[in-house]
Amino acid sequence: MNAMRQIIRRIGLATLFAAATVLNAAPALAQEAPDVMVKRVAQDVLAAVKADPLIQAGNQARIREVIEVKLLPNFDFARMTALAMGKNWRAATPEQQKRLIDEFRSLLVRTYSGAISQYRNETIDYKPLRMSAGDTDVLVRTNVVRATGSPVQIDYGMEKTADGWKCYDVVVGGVSLVTNYRDEFNEQIKNGGIDGLVKTLADRNKGVAAK
Amino acid sequence: MIKGHASLHAAAIALAASLVAGCAASPSRVDPFEPMNRAFYQVHDAVDTAVMKPAIQVYIDVVPQPIRKSVSNFFNNIEDFISAINDLLQGDLDRFGNDMGRVTLNTGWGLGGLIDLASMLGIERGNQDFGLTFGKWGLDQGPYLFVPLLGPTTFRDGAGWIVRLYVGPVGYISDVPLRNSIYGVGAVDLRAQVTETSQIIDTAALDRYVFIRNAYLQRRRYLLYDGKPPPEPEEQQ
Repeated sequence: MNAMRQIIRRIGLATLFAAATVLNAAPALAQEAPDVMVKRVAQDVLAAVKADPLIQAGNQARIREVIEVKLLPNFDFARMTALAMGKNWRAATPEQQKRLIDEFRSLLVRTYSGAISQYRNETIDYKPLRMSAGDTDVLVRTNVVRATGSPVQIDYGMEKTADGWKCYDVVVGGVSLVTNYRDEFNEQIKNGGIDGLVKTLADRNKGVAAK
Repeated sequence: MIKGHASLHAAAIALAASLVAGCAASPSRVDPFEPMNRAFYQVHDAVDTAVMKPAIQVYIDVVPQPIRKSVSNFFNNIEDFISAINDLLQGDLDRFGNDMGRVTLNTGWGLGGLIDLASMLGIERGNQDFGLTFGKWGLDQGPYLFVPLLGPTTFRDGAGWIVRLYVGPVGYISDVPLRNSIYGVGAVDLRAQVTETSQIIDTAALDRYVFIRNAYLQRRRYLLYDGKPPPEPEEQQ
């Protein structure tokens, strides 16, 4: 009798486990494709910018709020920072790594705020995505047509995580943000070590001008 | 005679020694002249801040945006033609068709290049120049250079600039004031086009000299490999 009860209980637990697995997998199945996600986020951000007269007037606090709420959750800053650090990443202590991620994040927010303040009705063309079924790392390619000057190609390096697709690199006209910072970080670390780099990043975020 | 040779040798040794010393102070392969380049960059930046930026601000404030766009289109149309010449030199007939198609369309139907109809139809610019042609012919890019007023380049791209200067067409205008005015407007247009980029660099860069150098070299590499550069080895410096 006892054995029977135990078997039933096991079946019950197994069912619960299976149900939990299916429920967990459901959002993953319904997960949107990376190019669809980039398009949705871009349109969402631009719509918020267009609809907000304070942003049009250049209100930095409002711009940052839009970026924090709508843009940043779609970035993987830990991966971005690790990639920009390259071989130096493993040499950093967990505490240094945390500070680097925080400061790098702030720097990118400031940069994005500046870029968005200059938004003037650009249109974004989305190029067809080249992606095979099992890919976990893709490049979403877009072409930004500006009111003045030549169009700019902006591509997004996207990786698939447990939490959906996340952006880990932005490539402007073939210039990768992560690669560009890798050389800058190297230079700073060569001169002042990892703590020197943390300090430089923190100074820049406090508004100290670059050399 | 022998004495002359000896002093020549001494000079060569001194030069070699200074180059070795230069390399030791700045071990970067791509930028062996970094101290000189940085000095040139400082000069460039000072002139840019004092003269170019205020001039560009006036240009942007005074000239309406559609006219500025037309000015950009006019100069871009000339560069598209230069790009077509380079497509031929590289043996890329596909892109030649694209670039020449752009020039024909924009010159004929777009009021002599003032309207960029081709871009509206989704025909993208080829962006080829003599520096890239030299690169595709196998010429090494050589050391990085920062030239005051002209900006970042390399030995190879600099050679491309010189060829570009001789190809014209603006250089062949015999009316000197007209020629210089066109050069002047071209320079203002070029600087105005990078206004936003330069503001972004001011925020993003930890060291603007390094940022600009890396971005320039990455961009040129990207163009050289037609948008598909092979991955760079990480330990490059």
